[in-house]
Amino acid sequence: MAETLAFYALAGLAVVASALVIGQRNPMYSVMMLIASFAGLAGLYILLDAPFVAMAQVIIYAGAIMVLFLFVVMLLNAPQEDAAEWDRTHPLRRPGIARVGAVLATLLVVQLGWALSAATGLTAPVGSRGGSATVSSVRELGRVLFTDHGFAFEATSILILVAMVGAVVLARREGDS
Amino acid sequence: MIPLGHYLIVSALLFAIGSAGVFLRKNLITILLSVEIMLNAVNLSFVAFGRYNGDVNGQIITFFVMTVAAAEAAVGLALVIALFRHRESLNPDAFASLKW
Repeated sequence: MAETLAFYALAGLAVVASALVIGQRNPMYSVMMLIASFAGLAGLYILLDAPFVAMAQVIIYAGAIMVLFLFVVMLLNAPQEDAAEWDRTHPLRRPGIARVGAVLATLLVVQLGWALSAATGLTAPVGSRGGSATVSSVRELGRVLFTDHGFAFEATSILILVAMVGAVVLARREGDS
Repeated sequence: MIPLGHYLIVSALLFAIGSAGVFLRKNLITILLSVEIMLNAVNLSFVAFGRYNGDVNGQIITFFVMTVAAAEAAVGLALVIALFRHRESLNPDAFASLKW
């Protein structure tokens, strides 16, 4: 019972906060709402017996990546979308071809709903097939990560190095040597 | 216990919100935030399926997705800064030319 309540509260927080991210004109508030959404998702991960992923979500996503976003928003003194411009160009308020995006998003919702309703076995509880001991064990997680997925792990380090060099090269002022 | 389908519905809703954000918004930073929402929606379904099957691989792939998201955010924001220097605007419609 408590688990069901917690699920609906956290899922509601994640969905409403995400909707506010794209319903907001000020990018600053969007970033703050996304942090709230990530907090809801971290709670869902704890319900799914994945405490390590939940902590990584809070520390890496809410901590590191969102600080990077906030830093850029403040650095650029990011202009809000102008209210008149918003009314004029907002696709939901403009007829014609610009509605295509909204139609596609609605189609995606319908398609996902259809796929979910057609699939079987979805009414089984998430914990029905495996014990929580395996999935919540950080020891097991580390063992699989560094043995079965060792190559992917090493490839990831190269990806991060490339991203680091790329970010420095791109953000550098032209003419600097 | 919560049925698996409920987690997948939350995941589908988040993914749809994220894709709507990419299509509808006219601010490069908000578009990048919407991409992050979509990545998180996929993470949620990976972890839910992993729990359903009692398998840690669902959580492992979540870490790789987080790493890619961090790399994407770093490069994407560097691009946004470089573009903002040229046009003093974050509206994607301002960057319509192939060369300046």
